[in-house]
Amino acid sequence: METPLTKNIPTNGDGPLNFKAYGKAGGYESLHKALHMSPADITEVVKKSNLRGRGGAGFPTGTKWSFVPMGTDAPHPKYLVANADEMEPGTFKDRLLLEGDPHQLIEGMIVVGYAVQADIAYIFLRAEYKLAAERLRRAIAEAYENHHLGKNILGSTYSLEMYLHISAGRYMCGEETGLLNALEGKRANPRSKPPFPQVSGLWGKPTIVQNVETLCNLPHIVNNGPEWFKSLSHTADGGTKLYGASGKVKHPGIWELPMGTTIREILEEHAGGMRNGVKFRGLLPGGASTDFLTEEHLDVRMDFTEVQKAGSRMGTGTMIVLDDHTCPVGMLWNLEHFFAQESCGWCTPCWSGLNWAERILRAMEEGRGQPGDLDKLGFQTKFNAPGHTFCALAPGAMEPLQSALKYFHEDFEQHLHQHRCPWK
Amino acid sequence: MLTSAERQEIEAEFSRYPNKRAVCLDAMKVIQRHRGWVSDESLRDLAQELDMTPDELDAVATFYNLIFRKPVGRHVVLICDSVSCWIMGCEKLCQRLTSQMGIGLGETTEDGRFTVLPIVCLGTCDHAPAMMVDGDLYQDVEADKINDVLKNYK
Repeated sequence: METPLTKNIPTNGDGPLNFKAYGKAGGYESLHKALHMSPADITEVVKKSNLRGRGGAGFPTGTKWSFVPMGTDAPHPKYLVANADEMEPGTFKDRLLLEGDPHQLIEGMIVVGYAVQADIAYIFLRAEYKLAAERLRRAIAEAYENHHLGKNILGSTYSLEMYLHISAGRYMCGEETGLLNALEGKRANPRSKPPFPQVSGLWGKPTIVQNVETLCNLPHIVNNGPEWFKSLSHTADGGTKLYGASGKVKHPGIWELPMGTTIREILEEHAGGMRNGVKFRGLLPGGASTDFLTEEHLDVRMDFTEVQKAGSRMGTGTMIVLDDHTCPVGMLWNLEHFFAQESCGWCTPCWSGLNWAERILRAMEEGRGQPGDLDKLGFQTKFNAPGHTFCALAPGAMEPLQSALKYFHEDFEQHLHQHRCPWK
Repeated sequence: MLTSAERQEIEAEFSRYPNKRAVCLDAMKVIQRHRGWVSDESLRDLAQELDMTPDELDAVATFYNLIFRKPVGRHVVLICDSVSCWIMGCEKLCQRLTSQMGIGLGETTEDGRFTVLPIVCLGTCDHAPAMMVDGDLYQDVEADKINDVLKNYK
C-alpha cells in the first residue's frame, strides 16, 4: 500500500526532512516536470485524477482552477492561499503534514501556483500551530536560497513569492471567503458569492484557496500521473486520505489509507476498537459539522460520495467517536456552544438560532428542559438549513444536531422526563 | 506612542502585503509581545500608524480570539474545550485549574501570574485533553498532574 503523503514523515520524533534530504528523497521532482508543462496541461492532469478538495467540501480541484482567468489579459497579481487554519473540532490531519513535511506543501504550492500563474502565495496558518510555523519558516527560507521560490524559479520565466501569515484565531477564518477578509486585515465575515474568489478574491484579484492536504497531493499527481492516483483509491474519488479517530477508542491517531477505506476498518483495525468497558454508539465522520453515523453505517466507505449516500459527509475524514458512557445531549451542547461562539454574527439565522439551540441544550443538560424543546430544536435545523446564510457555518452546526435528534431521540426524551442528565 | 522597536517590527511586515491595513493583526501581535495586551491608547496609536480609524481597528481586534483587549497575566493558559477534549474530560481539568487558582475562565489570578482562557480545538485530538501555556503545547493532560506543568511558569 502506497502512502505518498506521509512517506517522508519521520515516525521516531525527528524533525522533518530539510531541503537537501527532501531532494534526495525525490522531492521537488514534480516542480522540474511541471515547469516543462503548460499550465493548462497540469490542470487537465489534476482534473483527470479526480482529486477532490480535502478541506471538507470535496470540490473537484482541477475544476476549481479552471475558473481562474488565464492568458495575457488576466488580472495580476493572482494569489494562491494554503488554508492551514485547521480549527474544525476533532480535526488534526493538516498538523501532521505541516509539521512532518513542510517542503511537500511548498512544492505542491509552487506547482499549483504555476498552474494558475499565481504571483504571490500565502500560507494562512492558525496561531496555535507554533511548531508548524517554525518549520515552515525554515523550509520557505531554504526554498528561496535554492531558487525554488522568488524570481525565475529554477531559471524559468515563472516567479512566485511565498509568505507565511499567522492568524489570530477564529473558526470563521477557515471559511474560504472569511479567510480572504482575515488576510486583508478585516473581520473574517464571509463574502457573498458570486463573484467567486477564483475571479475576484484577495484585494479583488483572482485567488485560489486550497486545503493543506489537497496541496500536498499535487507533487505526486504530477510525478505519477492521474491513472496512478486513481489506482490508490478503493472508489471513484482519487488518491489516499488522511483518516483520524478521537474519543474513547484504544489508539486515537491518524493514518494515511486508500480513499474509500471502510469506517469499520479505520475504527477497528487502526484505532484498535473501543476502550475496555465502553461501547460504540456513533460517530461524526469528519469533524464537528458532519451528521452522526451509527452502528448500521460501519461498512460505509469513507469517501465524499459514499458517506453522503449514508446521510452524512466525509468532511475532514477525522472521526469523533461517541461512546455509551458519554451523554449525547451533553456532546451536542458542547458542539452548539462552539458554533454559537464562533458565529461571526453576520447572518440572523446563525447568530440568533445557534445561541437559541445552545440554550435549549444547556437547559436540558441542567434538568430545565421544557416539553416543546425538541420541536424548537427541530425548527432550528430548518431555520439554519443551507441557503439561509452566507456561509456553511450554520448549516454545518445543524448536521450533528439533526442527526442526533434522529438517532438519539430517546436520550433527549430521558433528559426531559427525568429533569436531569441521566449520565450525571 | 509606539516605541521605535515596535514600529520597526511592524514596518518589517509591510513588504508582505499590498497595503498597511493588512498588517493590522500582525501589528497588534507586536504590541502584545511588548505590552501583553492592546490598550485603548495603543489601539489609537496603532490605528494612526496604519491609516485606519480606531473603530475600524477595534472591530478587527475584538473579532479574534488571541488579541487581548484587557490586561492578561504573565502567563496565558489556553484550555481546549472542544468536542474531543470534552469527551476525554476537559471539564474536570478546567474545574481543577480554576478552583486551584481561585478564578473563573477569562480571569487573571490576583498575583498577575496566570490568565486562563478557553480555546477552540487545538488540533491534537488524539492526545486529548490538551492545553497550551504561553504557546507551549501539553497533551494528554491529567488533572492531578497540572501542577507539574504550571510550576514551570513563574
